[in-house]
Amino acid sequence: MQLHKSNTLTFFAPKTYNNSGAHFFDAGISAGFPSPAEDFKEQRLSLDRELVKNKEATFFARVSGQSMIGAGLDDNDLLVIDRSLEPTNNKIAVCFLDGEFTVKRLKVNAEGIWLQPENPNYPIIKVTTENDFVIWGIVTNVIKKV
Amino acid sequence: MFALVDCNNFYASCERVFNPNLQGKPVAILSNNDGCVISRSDEAKAVGLPMGAPIFKWDAFCKTNGITVLSSNYPLYGDMTSRVMSILNQFTPDVELYSIDESFLEFKNFKADYNYDDYGNQIRTRILKWTGIPTCVGVAPTKALSKVANKVARKFPKETGGVYVIDTEEKRIKALKWIKIEDVWGIGRGLTKRLKLKNCKTAYDFTQLSDNWVRKNFSVTESRLKRDLEGTPTLQLDDIKTKRAIATTRSFDYTYSDINYIKERISTFATSCAEKLRKQGSSCHVIIVLLSSDRHKKDLEQHRGSMAISLPYPTNSSLIISNQAVKAVTSLFKKGIKYKRAGVIVSGLVPTNNFQLNMFEHENPKHKYLMHAIDGLNTKYGDYKIKIANQDLKRTWKMRQERLSPRYTTNINDIIIVK
Repeated sequence: MQLHKSNTLTFFAPKTYNNSGAHFFDAGISAGFPSPAEDFKEQRLSLDRELVKNKEATFFARVSGQSMIGAGLDDNDLLVIDRSLEPTNNKIAVCFLDGEFTVKRLKVNAEGIWLQPENPNYPIIKVTTENDFVIWGIVTNVIKKV
Repeated sequence: MFALVDCNNFYASCERVFNPNLQGKPVAILSNNDGCVISRSDEAKAVGLPMGAPIFKWDAFCKTNGITVLSSNYPLYGDMTSRVMSILNQFTPDVELYSIDESFLEFKNFKADYNYDDYGNQIRTRILKWTGIPTCVGVAPTKALSKVANKVARKFPKETGGVYVIDTEEKRIKALKWIKIEDVWGIGRGLTKRLKLKNCKTAYDFTQLSDNWVRKNFSVTESRLKRDLEGTPTLQLDDIKTKRAIATTRSFDYTYSDINYIKERISTFATSCAEKLRKQGSSCHVIIVLLSSDRHKKDLEQHRGSMAISLPYPTNSSLIISNQAVKAVTSLFKKGIKYKRAGVIVSGLVPTNNFQLNMFEHENPKHKYLMHAIDGLNTKYGDYKIKIANQDLKRTWKMRQERLSPRYTTNINDIIIVK
């Protein structure tokens, strides 16, 4: 049933039926004990659904090196990257810096942008106008083999 | 209103997303088998690398000019296209993928004073941010005009910001006077010649011709194109979509003078055409087979030939198309010639469900079920598990791809590495 029509949107209401007629049970009627699980069937878990919020903007990358071990990113781990997320302070980002991809924690304040590793053996990098620098995407998940 | 969204230098742009070092530098992409240049970045165009350049002749030029030359990476380009497509679908449900890098959008039931400049910008910004692919957006009341608007946006990136909307009569006329007749959508080389004789140099000149003259001298498509350019929407989404011919032609990796090898290739190309026919719901009346030696090797004996076969009834059966194509190539073949290129083109297409019945000639009705079963199995198991016996069972699409970039988005072993 049509409720309202404007230039851009038409609203409908669902049509209701009187409850006449019989219900159809497709669970199978057996003479024994009914399956107690039948009422609790749900969709199977899917890692895609859990890890990929925006599939058009999601890409994967592989970690190489130790610079982010403090954040749980180890050598050879798989990263899930969402390019649609806004880069903000404290997010872990995949960046392209002077010809190379790098993954670091973003530190952003009034004075500028820093790329902070999570390993005391690595230096903090200050991004200046001299650098060839792009924030490529934001890391949302890390997948590791155990 | 319609929009044409065009990905700028699509293949080069896809490569640049995963290799930002190529940003701002000349990039060229090669055809299947690394034969010739099929796509160039603006920088490669600027240094003078021509479209279609056979790479073995231009290799030195590319080196001197610092052009990065890559094999075509279709798994990557295909994945990026489908991402762009589904982002476009967020802006309107009416999207027509026109080619791998161009889509038409239709905005039905949008308010008359809708801000398309702003909407076009949102489209552009979202595609660029989410996928890294730069695009240009042209918006206009008709499909043909949206193509023109897109060209304006592409040509004047600074002034337009990559988005151009033709929404007044003044803008329409200005754009049509700017665009050369040969750059108008659907005006081919032959038509350009005839129109120039009539002193018709721009799209605007074309719209000034009399309807009668255009109808008399050209086909219905040109009459409709004229009305579209005049601002009356005549072409709808999908109108030019059903292809009028399907071609599978390839250069071989080496030259071959063995008839059996060439028969096998032709059979494979024919099967591929038949499969494409079935996919779009068409059947063909005509099969054209091409065979050619290496025209770059002037010292060798040259031979080029083609043969068209008219069928008594339209078909999309792989068995029939393949058989006919093999027969044709057998009669084209000359002993002693080193062949480098072959192809199969199917033409005279009709929708499969409504062709005219012929009382005497009939395709074996079993073919339809057989083809259906073959397509089903090949889709399910991939890799062309079912082949016709004259195709080489072990050979798939062996391509020469010496400069292939990784399949960044479709193979887990090929994803980017970050330090």
